[in-house]
Amino acid sequence: MNNGARRKFHPVYLMLLVPYVAFFWVPFYNRIEPQLLGIPFFYWWQILWVVLTAACIVPVYLHQEGRGK
Amino acid sequence: MSGNPVTIGVFLALFVFVALLGLFGSRWRAGDLSQLHEWGLGGRSFGTLITWFLLGGDLYTAYTFIAVPALMFGAGAMGFFAVPYASLMYPVLFMAFPRLWSVAKSHGYITAADFVQGRFGHRGLSLAIAVTGMVAVLPYIALQLVGMQVVFAAIGMNYMIAVPLLGQVSVPLVVAFAVLAGFTYTSGLRGTALIAVVKDILVYITVLAAIIIIPAELGGYSHVFAAMPAEKLTLAPAPEHSLGAGFSYVTLAAGSLLALFLYPHSVTGLLSSSSRHVIRRNAIVLPAYSVALALIALLGYMAVAAGVERMPEYAAGFAAYKANFAVPALFLHAFPAWFAGFAFAAIAIGALMPASIMAIACGNLFTRNVYKGFIAPDCSSAAEARMAKLVAFVAKLGALFFVLEMDTTYAIQLQLLGGIWICQTVPAVLLALYVRLNPWALLAGWAAGIGSGTWMVAQLGFQGSTYPLHIFGWTIPCYAALSALALNLGVAVVLHLVLPKGGAQKDETVAADYV
Repeated sequence: MNNGARRKFHPVYLMLLVPYVAFFWVPFYNRIEPQLLGIPFFYWWQILWVVLTAACIVPVYLHQEGRGK
Repeated sequence: MSGNPVTIGVFLALFVFVALLGLFGSRWRAGDLSQLHEWGLGGRSFGTLITWFLLGGDLYTAYTFIAVPALMFGAGAMGFFAVPYASLMYPVLFMAFPRLWSVAKSHGYITAADFVQGRFGHRGLSLAIAVTGMVAVLPYIALQLVGMQVVFAAIGMNYMIAVPLLGQVSVPLVVAFAVLAGFTYTSGLRGTALIAVVKDILVYITVLAAIIIIPAELGGYSHVFAAMPAEKLTLAPAPEHSLGAGFSYVTLAAGSLLALFLYPHSVTGLLSSSSRHVIRRNAIVLPAYSVALALIALLGYMAVAAGVERMPEYAAGFAAYKANFAVPALFLHAFPAWFAGFAFAAIAIGALMPASIMAIACGNLFTRNVYKGFIAPDCSSAAEARMAKLVAFVAKLGALFFVLEMDTTYAIQLQLLGGIWICQTVPAVLLALYVRLNPWALLAGWAAGIGSGTWMVAQLGFQGSTYPLHIFGWTIPCYAALSALALNLGVAVVLHLVLPKGGAQKDETVAADYV
């Protein structure tokens, strides 16, 4: 703790915004092609981002645990 | 429908096993169950793995597993909003909720309204938050019972008896209710956590089997998607001067994710974990359930491809439960009898377990924020625990009565409204973890949000929740929870700036409590 003063913002927190861009940018993924194993892009893109959302949290987790917070 | 004895046998065996597990759950890591935080919060003792099972079972309920594919079955791509919703909630969980856990631990808070009371020292505001939570969670319990009813009908166990004053009553539903009430009363959150482990294992096995076996029977995923009308596979393109279906999709996801962790049963699940690190780790591992949810959503398309709606043996089920019968019909059609029993047990137990946490959360809220807050401020902690157990029982009884005596549509509409109402607690709970606005301003914002949200849904005839706003000649189809929250926040911020600083209300928390 530094006596309640605000810590400097660490850029690793920007990772948490990436999934919101991926999911909120609907016109990008609202399409059928390219398909993967017969699954339209709309579906496999979003299923992929479920996993990638978790992956985006990992570096932030490691950063926070590293500071023993 | 006549039942298959193998299906019913497997189903009953699993159900009885889980009922016994729940009843004996009080002996597991035994605590003094006459204390509210022991009964209603599992003694804040659950580690990463148990919390993962508990929250997984809590957030991804049986009703979700029936209703999400039902939405895909009927509406197509729009129903997939559950996937961005169930993913994007985790960065929020990761950042905000360790703060709630820490401040709750420092001050012994058990409910979100406890935190609001401590943070703002304003009994009216904490009462508003508590009542919103209880009103929002009750139809949710009712829908879990509806989910069970669909399962009982599917396996041919819809035995009815005539009861004076009540009319026709479903026997299996009453038995399931007795099991639920029994283990919730004796074991509290410990019994629920044990059941969660079994339930989640059953669900994962069912999902894995479903996504491998069913598409193989249907000739691969390309056939599954080819069976859907092409215009339902993606969101409709936006008409001129409208933000279109894509905007509805995003706002549905955003509004739902803000609301989810503020539901009383989510708060109960989160606060039962043993440390803030457990919550952080769970933000990383819980998305495994969201992958399962996405695959379950696709079951709706598989039901279309299998053509179960046109099969005469399922006609009665579809007539009674509409699209909600899509997944049960698909399981009956595609699985061997014994595995159908296994899958239905997964759904029924998946209804029992969150219903238990919801009832516990309701008991905690009433006891802490209404009974202790207004009626008996000096009650002992044993009296607190007794009251919470009683209220949890009454809440379930109310839900049972609702399901038996009222049309299911009311429960669905109330659940829809509940999501919009609970979203209006964001400024006083979620935002309050970072910023303290004037409590009177928050109360006014809450009232504006609840009022406008309810009005928008009423305008839609309680049939939908996406209300089209017309601004500068543009049509903006926005989830009512989110537009009401925007008004709520606007009112709260403006009044905060206008109202005089520093009232009688004290903030008992300090910055160090949150980290």
